[in-house]
Amino acid sequence: MRVGKQTFVYEKPPEVASHASVVGPKEGGGPLADYFDVILDDDLLGMKSWELAESEMLRRCALLAMKEGGIPEGSAQAFFTGDLNDQIIASGFAGRALELPFVGLYGACSTFVEGLVLASGLISGGFLENALCAASSHFCTAERQFRLPLEMGTQRTPSAQWTATAAGCALLRNSDAKNRLRVTAGTLGKVVDYEIKDANHMGAAMAPAVESTIRAHLSDTGRTAGDFDLIVTGDLGWIGREILLELFSRSGKPLPSEKLVDCGASLYFQEQDPHAGGSGCGCVASVSCGWIMKRMEEGELRRVLLTGSGAMMSPTSSLQAESIPSIAYAASLEVI
Amino acid sequence: MSKNQAQKVREYAKIVEEKTPKSRHVRGCLRAFWVGGLICVIGQCFTNLAVALNLSEMTAPMFTSCVLIFLGTTLTGIGVYDRIGKYAGAGSIVPITGFANSVAAPAIEFRREGMVLGLGARLFQLAGPVLTYGISASIVFGIIYWAVKEWLL
Amino acid sequence: MDELLIFVKAFVVGGLICVIGQILIQTTKLTSARILVLYVVAGVVLTAIGVYKPLVDFAGAGATVPLTGFGYSLAMGAVEAVNSYGLFGALAGGVTRTAAGIAAAVFFGLLNALIFKPKAKP
Repeated sequence: MRVGKQTFVYEKPPEVASHASVVGPKEGGGPLADYFDVILDDDLLGMKSWELAESEMLRRCALLAMKEGGIPEGSAQAFFTGDLNDQIIASGFAGRALELPFVGLYGACSTFVEGLVLASGLISGGFLENALCAASSHFCTAERQFRLPLEMGTQRTPSAQWTATAAGCALLRNSDAKNRLRVTAGTLGKVVDYEIKDANHMGAAMAPAVESTIRAHLSDTGRTAGDFDLIVTGDLGWIGREILLELFSRSGKPLPSEKLVDCGASLYFQEQDPHAGGSGCGCVASVSCGWIMKRMEEGELRRVLLTGSGAMMSPTSSLQAESIPSIAYAASLEVI
Repeated sequence: MSKNQAQKVREYAKIVEEKTPKSRHVRGCLRAFWVGGLICVIGQCFTNLAVALNLSEMTAPMFTSCVLIFLGTTLTGIGVYDRIGKYAGAGSIVPITGFANSVAAPAIEFRREGMVLGLGARLFQLAGPVLTYGISASIVFGIIYWAVKEWLL
Repeated sequence: MDELLIFVKAFVVGGLICVIGQILIQTTKLTSARILVLYVVAGVVLTAIGVYKPLVDFAGAGATVPLTGFGYSLAMGAVEAVNSYGLFGALAGGVTRTAAGIAAAVFFGLLNALIFKPKAKP
C-alpha cells in the first residue's frame, strides 16, 4: 500500500531468497573482496567487445542467483535489469541469453534499487511469485561511451569516480518463512537538479537527489535515521558523502555519520587510486548483494535503508553544457 | 525557476566548493615540466641527427615530427602512453606525441565498430578539431598576410 | 658546452610551455581536446605577430615539439605559399608544409589500431 507521497509499504514483503555478485579484477583487489561471489581475472571474459563482456558478466550473475535460490534456470518469472550502455544493450543481450520475461530499466546507477522497489511491489501485490533484480556496469564500456578512449593519456580530477566492473543480482520471492531478509518498503524518487554541470563530479550532482529520497522515505514511513543500523548510499563517493552529511546537518536533522556508508567509497582501497570512489550500476548492486546482504543474513545488521542514486546525463547533454539531473530510490531491507 | 530555488542552487554550489578537494597544483606542474621538457630534448636529439644526416633546413623539423609521432602512436598501442599521461598531464598532451596519442587511442578503441566507421572515422575524433581550427587559422593568417603585402608594401 | 646548451634551452622552454597547459587543466574546465586546439591556434597567432620564430631560433625543439610548433609550421607554410603563389597560397600553404606530420599521424595511427587492442587500465 502507498504511504505518504512516494513510498510503498509492502503488505507481503518479499524475501531475498538469494543474491549473487560478480566483479572484475580491480574490485577483487579491494577491501570487500571476500564478500563477492565471483572475482573475474579477465574483464573481457573472452568476448569480442567490452559490451558483450558486460552482458556475459550480467548473465553469469543472474544464473548464479537462480542457482543459489534453488529455482531451475529459466524459471524466474521476471528479470528486472539495467546498465549504463546506450539503449541498455548489455541488459538486452543478457535478457536474450536468459530467455526470461524482461523489464529493462534505466535509472543510471540507481537501477538496482529501482528494480527492487518495482519488483517488490509486483510480488507483494500477488502478480509475481518471484523476480530477479539485477544491474551491471563495466569500466571500459562507460569510459568509451561517456569519456575518452582507454589508451588516451589524461589526468582524472580528484572528484572523478571509477566506474566499477561489477554485476549484482538478487532473487526476490514470495514466502511466509520467519526470520528472513526481506524488502519491506520502497520509495520512488523525484528527479532533482541543483545545476551541477561537471560530469566529473557526480557525487555533487547526485547528493541532493539522495537527500530528497531519504527525507521522503523517513517522513512517509514515520521513521528516523536512528531506526536503521545503516543507511547505505550507492555511489556518492567520499566527497558526495561529505556533501550529503552537510546537507542533512544544515536542515537541522543531521544523519549520524557512522551510520552512513557509501558503496562507491567502500569498494576500493585508496592505493588503487579511485579518486572519489567507485560508481556505476554494478557498484551498488554488487556491494549490496555481496557485503550488505551477507552481513544482514549473518545477523550483524537487522535493518538497513538501501538507497541508489543515478546521474541522468548523457554524452550529448554534457557536450551541450546542460546540467545533470539526478534520481535516487530507496528500499528498506529488514530481517523479520 | 523561483527565487527560493535559485537561492538553494547558489548555497549548494558553495557547499560543493567547500567539500571538493583541489588538485595538487605544484606537483602537477613539476611533473608536466620535466616530462614535457624531456620529450622536447628527445626531439632535439632527432633534429640534430637530421642535420648530421644532411637533411635540409625544411626537412629536419619534418623528420623530428614524424619520428615523435611514430613514438607517440607506438607507445599508445602498447598501452604505455596512458600511464605517462596520468603522471604528466599537460607534459604528455602538449608535445606532438600527445597529438599522436589522440589519433591512435580512439582508432584502437573503436576498431570493434568496424574498419570504416569505427577505426577510420574515429582516427579524427579528437584530432579533427586541431586540424579544423589550425588549418583555418593558417588560412586566415595567409589571407591577412597577402592583403598586407599587396596593399601596404 | 655549446652543444649541451641547446638541449638545456629545449628542456626549459618545452617544459614551460607544458606547465602553462597544466595550469590551464588544473584551474579551468578545459579538456585535453580543447587544450590541443588552443595551442595550435596560439601557435599560428604567435607566429603571425612575429613572436614565435625568435623562440624557435632560441630553443629549437623546445618550441617546435609542443603543439604550438605545429601551429608555427602551419603559419610559416601559409607565408611561404603566399610568397610563391599569391592569394591561393593561403589555402594550400599550411597543409602542404605540415602534410608529413598529418600523414604520419594517420598512417601510424592506422597501423597501431590494426595491431593492438585496447587494454583496461590498472
